[in-house]
Amino acid sequence: MLMLSRTAASLYWLGRYVERADFIARLVEATVRLDALSATPAGEAAWESALNVTYTDEAFAATGARADQASVARFLTIDTGHSGSIVQCLDMARNNARAVRTALTREAWTAINRAWLLFNSRMRPGNAMATLNLVEAVKAETRGFEGAILRMMRNEAVWFIRLGSAVERADNTARLVDVKYHLLLPEGEAVGGIVDRDQWTTILQTVSAVTAYRWLYSEGLEPRLVIDLLLTRPELPRSLAACVEESVEMLGLLGKRTGLQGGADRMARARMARMHKTRTPEVIVGGLHEWLSAFIAENLALDRAIAQQFRFI
Amino acid sequence: MGEARAFDEIWGHGGPTNPRAPLEMLAGWIAETPREELARRLEAAENTFRQLGITFAVYGDRDAAERIIPFDIVPRVFLADEWARLSAGLVQRVEAINAFLDDIYGERRILADGILPPDIVFRNPQFRHEVVGIRPPHGIWAHICGIDLVRTGPDDFFVLEDNARTPSGVSYMLENREAMIRLCPELFRNFRVAAVDSYPDRLHETMRSVAPPGAGSRPVCVVLTPGHFNSAYYEHSFLADSMGIELVEPADLVVDDDVVWMQTIAGRVKVDVIYRRIDDDFLDPVVFRPDSLLGVPGIMSAYRAGNVTLINAPGNGIADDKAIYSYMPEIVRYYSGGEAKLPNVETYRCREPQALRYVLERLPELVVKLVDGSGGYGMLVGPTATKQEIEDFRAALIAEPHRYIAQPTLALSTVPTLTEKGLAPRHVDFRPFVLTGRDGVQVVPGGLTRVALKEGSLVVNSSQGGGTKDSFVLLPDSPQLQAQSQTLGGMFQQQELGS
Amino acid sequence: MRLIVEHRTRYRFSEPQIRLIQCLRMTPDDTDDQTVVGWSIDVDCDARLRQSRDGLGNRQAMLYADGPIGAIEISVRGEVLTGDHGGHVRGTAEPLPPEFYLRETDRTVAGEALGAFVGGAVSGLLGADTIDAATRAIHGRFERIPYVEELRDAATTFAGTTATGREMAQMLVAGLRTAEIPARYVGGYRQREGRACAPHGWVEAYADGEGWIAVDPSTGGRVDERYIRVAVGLDTAGVTPVAGSRLGQGEEMLDVALIVEQARRQ
Repeated sequence: MLMLSRTAASLYWLGRYVERADFIARLVEATVRLDALSATPAGEAAWESALNVTYTDEAFAATGARADQASVARFLTIDTGHSGSIVQCLDMARNNARAVRTALTREAWTAINRAWLLFNSRMRPGNAMATLNLVEAVKAETRGFEGAILRMMRNEAVWFIRLGSAVERADNTARLVDVKYHLLLPEGEAVGGIVDRDQWTTILQTVSAVTAYRWLYSEGLEPRLVIDLLLTRPELPRSLAACVEESVEMLGLLGKRTGLQGGADRMARARMARMHKTRTPEVIVGGLHEWLSAFIAENLALDRAIAQQFRFI
Repeated sequence: MGEARAFDEIWGHGGPTNPRAPLEMLAGWIAETPREELARRLEAAENTFRQLGITFAVYGDRDAAERIIPFDIVPRVFLADEWARLSAGLVQRVEAINAFLDDIYGERRILADGILPPDIVFRNPQFRHEVVGIRPPHGIWAHICGIDLVRTGPDDFFVLEDNARTPSGVSYMLENREAMIRLCPELFRNFRVAAVDSYPDRLHETMRSVAPPGAGSRPVCVVLTPGHFNSAYYEHSFLADSMGIELVEPADLVVDDDVVWMQTIAGRVKVDVIYRRIDDDFLDPVVFRPDSLLGVPGIMSAYRAGNVTLINAPGNGIADDKAIYSYMPEIVRYYSGGEAKLPNVETYRCREPQALRYVLERLPELVVKLVDGSGGYGMLVGPTATKQEIEDFRAALIAEPHRYIAQPTLALSTVPTLTEKGLAPRHVDFRPFVLTGRDGVQVVPGGLTRVALKEGSLVVNSSQGGGTKDSFVLLPDSPQLQAQSQTLGGMFQQQELGS
Repeated sequence: MRLIVEHRTRYRFSEPQIRLIQCLRMTPDDTDDQTVVGWSIDVDCDARLRQSRDGLGNRQAMLYADGPIGAIEISVRGEVLTGDHGGHVRGTAEPLPPEFYLRETDRTVAGEALGAFVGGAVSGLLGADTIDAATRAIHGRFERIPYVEELRDAATTFAGTTATGREMAQMLVAGLRTAEIPARYVGGYRQREGRACAPHGWVEAYADGEGWIAVDPSTGGRVDERYIRVAVGLDTAGVTPVAGSRLGQGEEMLDVALIVEQARRQ
């Protein structure tokens, strides 16, 4: 039986929203740590950049609150007034999961539902500890979801979820690098100084890449190497290279199942071919921001092509 | 009011210390399992239901948008011979319902023979002229029936209501059983309980058996839900899931050239059989309510052309309508040739002057129902009503007698139920599910027991505070009929060791 | 009489539609009074038409068209031979007995005033006389207007002093039913010399022993050879020539052009 287009759309968005919730949780966690290590102005800069990374800076500005830990952490986790908080992402994920209940295993559904229920309890991040507890719980549930997906039958349901995750993750990582790279250091701090180092460590923590970095690079922490890791090393699951490869792989499996190829397949394969030729030093010389902007735009175009190819309506 | 104590299905009339003989062992289990242990298991069951999302939506209340229906840990039990009699009555009744529908939308012999007054059919909005002239495959209209029964004594069962449109609740039958097997395994070791888990397979087989003639050997069957915000969505997804078929929403279906298709990731696929959980009114905006946003435009044309089977058939409301209900004994007799094995609750048709006079004299004793109301609304329960409520109904009855029927207040049976104050009898009703396919009628050995959780209350509707119980049907010659000396404390310890 | 019908229905959409599904009740049937010599429905885009008969015996066609559709025109062209049997309707497809047409619908709730009015008009009369009397009464009570923005239900129309021909017919249907006379709404065409044409509606009512009798409250008399009967229903909604559903955004605009004329001798 061929999958319903609507089901495919819901699974794809389920994958995207779970990934987004997980990413925001990691970002909040890493920023709390960074904030704790830094002097006040640097700490606030970190929270502002967290808003930039998640596309929520404008929505936050509209609240009129100061960008300190308490308010930004609250805004990014439990605020239901905008679509960029963890609770809203989980709500959307759960709505999509509910709409395709039959395509999921009980285990996968239960993981989503449990993550969603976390926010139904009275848990309210007031201090850093409470925030860390909450994001830790979210991460545990999204990990549970990922595990459940891996244990599901290898069928198109899983492929659409993973395709959604891959597209979302590519956007998140690109955005993270773009914002952090341009983050202004507080006055008086030297490039390569402690605060700068901490910023890059935060990035690595956000994408769970601290260990990978140590494995792959013998040098100490260097921004160009962090960029190299996050852009071009497919060994790291959250690198752009890995996301690009995963998109091609998932589309390939779906194409085999349906017997059809389309615009999304071609676009994803062309992107992978270019990615394989990409060298980090050239990207930096040519302008990292421009390169990332083009990547983000192309990722969006791929998202559109997927919707068209599988008739998401 | 001085109401006599109702018949309790486990304790009989004798109370906890003197239960009905065949159920002594169960009564012992209830008596000896510590309350806290029952409460703990109840909580575990409800947590599972919440995690699975077995909820119903309460409209207009975002925070409480999803509630679970309360569950009770003490099962309701039918003895094998009780069940055999019930089943025979259910089969007879559902056969008659199908025969009636096939006749009323076809030749209308029952009207020609003067069994029913024609106006209660023709003036009834539930008689859908839109399906006149259509004959579904094998003449089956009500593939899935839920017959609501009440009990007043060991052998006294009555049909309270027939549901031949889209009876819901079967997912509770299955999930309640799952929970009971997990939480009270000792009961299943000591009783031989008929399994209900074949229901999805039987339903799927029923669907396949009524596919349109041109559908081929592997007809495509789907469940059609209004969408995941519908209060019964869990059940819709549960059924599709356990049958291994697609759960579709209206937007997934397209009718083209009198054929129903579903949109898939690789194009359109023809659909042959649709178990639709959308009411007639909303099914097809071209034919029924034009303002329906839930429907599938054109689906009735595909149905009329014989290219798709709809389960249940549109138009079935005329068979389970409250006005028709009072004629069910005559309808059953007309089509089966014998007396109804399952009696109706005695019903006064207020449209008849004599009956109206009787009802007006005895309003405080009777239950008065709107012919076209449902879910416990538009109803007067005389014994618990205020003077004002009774007078309001009296005026309504005099103004429009044809819209009402009245019934005596029944002493509904009770089953021991775990309440905040411990175990206490609570009134129950019962909805068994009956499937009709090409090869005949079958009754699934179980059903949905609804329980009124409020002391003395007779209203079991989930929208008004009712809960559910598992319903055990015991297999013939269950050992517990003889073995009565075993202590149930022993059963409880086995459970502790096993878990 | 030999009547020629040309009926064009044009829908334009402010935004292209993804899909259209329409039920066309635009096909007359043969009866003892009318013989359909030729009849065709043409659609100006790629569409599929499926003929069938509904539960009341009307002929209908389902139209299925895929988008993008910016506009669609449905052209009906036909020729019918009609006769005059004094309003007696015979030879029609009747899947349901007359008693069915006592059923009240949302649009034909009569209300006390209309019920009393028709009751008064028919009191003391029997058979077909009741139907003629009620028809004259409705005809005499209202000033006929050609058009209303939105068709009103029977009780609402009765509260006023003006009515369109179709509203009068719907009132008459509702009123006759309160007097326990089976009545139904008929949609079709009427030829009028030198006048602009619009789809017309009238009434068929059942007199025991005489059968269905067709009357037109906008003339006050019985239906004759200038009428072409297309569809019957419980009320105006039941005979809508084009009832449909579209998938797409935006507004729709409707133009109808109708010519009903007597065929010239060749």
